[in-house]
Amino acid sequence: MIKKTPKQSTLQGIKSLFVGLRVTGHNFVMPQITTHYPRQEVDNLVTYRGHIELVPKEDDPMTSKCILCGQCAKACPSNCIELVIRKEEVEPPPAAEAQPDADKEEAPPKPAPKKKVKRILEAFILDYNLCSLCGQCVQTCPVDSLEFSTNSYLAGFTREEFVFELLERMRKKYKASSSG
Amino acid sequence: MLHYAQEQLQGDYYTRAFQAGAQEDTLILNMGPQHPSTHGVLRIILELHGEYILRAEPVLGYVHRMQEKMGEVKTYPQYLPNMGRVDYLHALAWNWAYVLAVEELLQLEVPERAEYIRVITCELNRITSHLLWWGAYLLDLGAFTPIMYGFADRERAMDLLQIITGSRLTYCYYSFGGVTADLTPQFIDGTKEFCKYLRTRLPMYKDLVTDNMILRHRVDDIGIIPVDMARRYGVTGPNLRGSGVEHDLRRNTPYSIYDRFDFEIPAYEECDALARYLVRMDEMEESLSIIEQAIDSLPEGPVTPPKMPKVIKPPKGEAYGAVEGARGVIGIHVISDGTATPYRIKLRSPSFSNLSLFAEVSEGILLADAVSILGSLDLVIPEIDR
Repeated sequence: MIKKTPKQSTLQGIKSLFVGLRVTGHNFVMPQITTHYPRQEVDNLVTYRGHIELVPKEDDPMTSKCILCGQCAKACPSNCIELVIRKEEVEPPPAAEAQPDADKEEAPPKPAPKKKVKRILEAFILDYNLCSLCGQCVQTCPVDSLEFSTNSYLAGFTREEFVFELLERMRKKYKASSSG
Repeated sequence: MLHYAQEQLQGDYYTRAFQAGAQEDTLILNMGPQHPSTHGVLRIILELHGEYILRAEPVLGYVHRMQEKMGEVKTYPQYLPNMGRVDYLHALAWNWAYVLAVEELLQLEVPERAEYIRVITCELNRITSHLLWWGAYLLDLGAFTPIMYGFADRERAMDLLQIITGSRLTYCYYSFGGVTADLTPQFIDGTKEFCKYLRTRLPMYKDLVTDNMILRHRVDDIGIIPVDMARRYGVTGPNLRGSGVEHDLRRNTPYSIYDRFDFEIPAYEECDALARYLVRMDEMEESLSIIEQAIDSLPEGPVTPPKMPKVIKPPKGEAYGAVEGARGVIGIHVISDGTATPYRIKLRSPSFSNLSLFAEVSEGILLADAVSILGSLDLVIPEIDR
């Protein structure tokens, strides 16, 4: 639909100035719509998506749901997630003694069961200086062990303050909530 | 004490190269990179004769971030957040163009509900982009109040988008084959309310600004871009429609589900700044109508495809995704060599073409009109430099 721009006569133009003044006058007596931070705060911060936090297990709030797959660190476009993993050797459960069979003595002996390695999450380091808040880590997590925080007033003086250890934060948060 | 070579005192490379052809008794003026009307870091070197511009030359690259090169070193999903940073005003259109290209490579089917959600959010984002343009353009022309009204309304739309996307400006919301989060009842009710609210505000905008005599004198018959000039430079979007061409990708090559909605493509035949202004004002109403239609016919269902590959490795091939952004045709060409990283990503930004014609359009006009023309082109500098 190709239209023509409306043309204006001088009289219409002068009238438009008064119409504009009427709009301004109307808005002058309307209530204020701005928020005076910090005396007031806006009320829509619940949906704000801040840096990530670890989600604790339901039955054990001191350990996280994380299964140490490292998908989040791989998915991150800015490489800001680092998982510190400690490997611990666990003694294998003693295998049930098989009854020695005289007929099958030439069969090769069973190989000794491998020692199991248990991987434990020591620290979950987030370098928030590099994060671009894209949310790829939360989307790729297979067990939903990551969530967004809603702290929009986060501030600090040095870069080091924005390198978070999320496991410690999660535990502190639980301790604070259980003691208080 | 610092010592400068003689040629350093004459300015940088661009200034020296520009001065070589200058006539006598003219003035070389740098408009930008820190000029209020360039909204970012665009620099234009002008040769002035009195108040009239003889030549103009845009200098680009101040916010060049190697977006295309970054695409070659990141995996397909890792490149998604970059799209929101190319054009911070209509981020969702860039999101869309990229996922459209990759979906074509992967042969992915997008669920119907996700298509509707994309339409709703993209049009809402278009309105926020136009509202910011409206306020900023009038700020350039010397009217301070409109940007306050524009921003007050834009905040409401951004609050709505924050509910589902989690961010307010650089959205990273679309994913391959769908969207990352479903709509909430809060968003749907809020959007319905916002559409009604903005319809009451648009007549106020018309009374306050569009019909205003002072604005008319600043935009009427200023910066005439004839159709053939627009075509030569590859101008698209509201700027082309302001030159009387009814071209809109949503209508001409309907992607997604745009062929299901009933909407007009506003175009004006005057080719001046006023025509481009009116196109955008009309487009906001059309976007509102698209949003209302989409919300009324929103189907139930999933928002992500049922079968999604764990690692995104498109087969060898090329794909081009093009969508209609707030400034024109956004095109992304993705070439895959079969690995998890794209072989090449080419970004086609509309603002680059729209700015290119400024040198030709500004010959022989007043300096004050150059500000009006630049504003009417609705440039986003990070998009030009990429």
